Amino acid sequence: MTGARFAKAMAILTLILIAAIGIGVSVGSQRIEPALIFSDPFSSTLFFRLRLPRVLLGLVIGASLAVTGGALQALFRNPLADPYTLGVSGGGALGASIAIALGWSARVGGVPLIFAASFAGAMVAVTFVRTIARAGAVVLPGALLLSGVAVNLIAAAGVLTIEYLTDPTSALRILRWLIGSLDVVGLAPVGRMMWVLAPAWLVLLFFSRQLNLIAIDDDTATTLGVDVRRCEGIVHAMCALIVGVTVSAGGAIGFVGLIVPHAVRMMFGEDLRIVLPGSLLLGAAFLILADALARTVLSSAELPVGAVTGLLGGPVFLWLLRRRQQFAAM
Amino acid sequence: MTTYSGFEARNLAYVYGNGPLAVDDVSLNAAPGSMTAVIGSNGSGKSTLIRMLAGLLKPRSGSILLGGISLDEWEPRLRAREIAYVPQSTATVFPFPVIDLVLSGRSPHAVRFRFESRHDVEKAREALELAGALHLAARPFTSLSGGERQMVILARALAQEPRTLLLDEPSSSLDLKHRAALIRTLTQLRQSRNLSAIMVTHDIQLACAFDRIVALRCGQVVASGTPDEVLNDRLLRDIYSDPNVRAQRIGDQTLVWVDLQGSGL
Repeated sequence: MTGARFAKAMAILTLILIAAIGIGVSVGSQRIEPALIFSDPFSSTLFFRLRLPRVLLGLVIGASLAVTGGALQALFRNPLADPYTLGVSGGGALGASIAIALGWSARVGGVPLIFAASFAGAMVAVTFVRTIARAGAVVLPGALLLSGVAVNLIAAAGVLTIEYLTDPTSALRILRWLIGSLDVVGLAPVGRMMWVLAPAWLVLLFFSRQLNLIAIDDDTATTLGVDVRRCEGIVHAMCALIVGVTVSAGGAIGFVGLIVPHAVRMMFGEDLRIVLPGSLLLGAAFLILADALARTVLSSAELPVGAVTGLLGGPVFLWLLRRRQQFAAM
Repeated sequence: MTTYSGFEARNLAYVYGNGPLAVDDVSLNAAPGSMTAVIGSNGSGKSTLIRMLAGLLKPRSGSILLGGISLDEWEPRLRAREIAYVPQSTATVFPFPVIDLVLSGRSPHAVRFRFESRHDVEKAREALELAGALHLAARPFTSLSGGERQMVILARALAQEPRTLLLDEPSSSLDLKHRAALIRTLTQLRQSRNLSAIMVTHDIQLACAFDRIVALRCGQVVASGTPDEVLNDRLLRDIYSDPNVRAQRIGDQTLVWVDLQGSGL
């Protein structure tokens, strides 16, 4: 029965993703004739260097943020957890801002500094938030979100300080990048990200059975044979890795990890073995569509996609908070 | 195959942080088919004891053998086929349907990367029926009352098909009818599957239905024996540190209460 539900969910969500890709590649300030993509050099360049990479970057980042949100919600048993609300993206953004101030292209041992710094920031944030919110064996849901808020405030203050101290060009660059956008040229950067992201996604999917039991209860999971501490450690590291990569590429795009797993739950139920792969597919579709909207909603200019997801996600967060209070005390 | 020897806990001790010993030199056996109730006042170390047996807390000293093998040497999933734990409450905030929650009890038996089979679903429904909660199967767990939740958690543990059931105050939110049903279910499973049970409880009537009662005070065993041996005025006053506790036999039941007038109320 769960197997059939899984197959149905994947089929439906794959169709949604294909439709979203179709919409994503066909809208934009310049209309591209599908017939000319391969024959006309201008159309070809526009399509393969700008339009398609942008859609694929949306796919990769949307999928990443959504699956991370789903995993963090299960791990903390908190439907309001996501990389943004827990300050993981904020931590990553602070790390990345430091790297940008030091120069975009700096590398440490072959790894771009911006990615290493962003990953480090995300990892510090998730560890910090969890340590603060943990009282003995339980993670207090209210404390978790409040420490996420605190980490975000600290990170934002840190970013402001860097923007103030650094030269105006870097400051503007940080500001524009922070809001979150999917500007990318060529397919190579997306390919490079996938080297890190694809294995991390697979690890999270691998742990979906354990996460499903942890989402019920830590003690229950333990007595059912799950090594909860080990699972937590691995999931934290994978989430920080994924957030580090996506933040360094697209900025701190908010609320995708909050909205998408909830949508999947509403459609196909609570089972994490469906929610996590479902979030990958729907997250990808969601961010592609949000970016398509960001590119077309104003006729004169493009909006950053982070502004669109923020405007959509904030109200969803408040709605969830209100609904949650009806059955569980914070 | 050697005969399965059940649980043997020897000289267990546990300390929370720098506090006093929460459990102090407790030994306990649970042979297959045996039913042991652990009683004692609040804070006497009952839950700590059962959490150690469930593998949730590591004893400060002492040993726990399951089937002759040390508890922490068991592969976790194999151990989960031997022991099931019924906690006092479950922390989930997600509206899992009851049937899915009970199905999670099948996970130690499931093949990795496979969803539960039709057979597992049948087992889960059987367990729900045994726990008297089949009518709740389609409800979201988060919408249930405390007592209904306890019935579902029991069903989850039964779906695990363990040889030993560890229960932490399983009847604290149950009404009289379902308390009786719990006793019947446990006795029935002892007969049909040779299930053994170790149960922490404040419910003396429930404890009376068990073979043995172990009484704890300040982390130490102060009495251990059949219900007849343990449930008398003198021992109970000692266990609960209250001179107004009374015990009286009526038929084959023992009634235990506190004389409120005697305590000056």
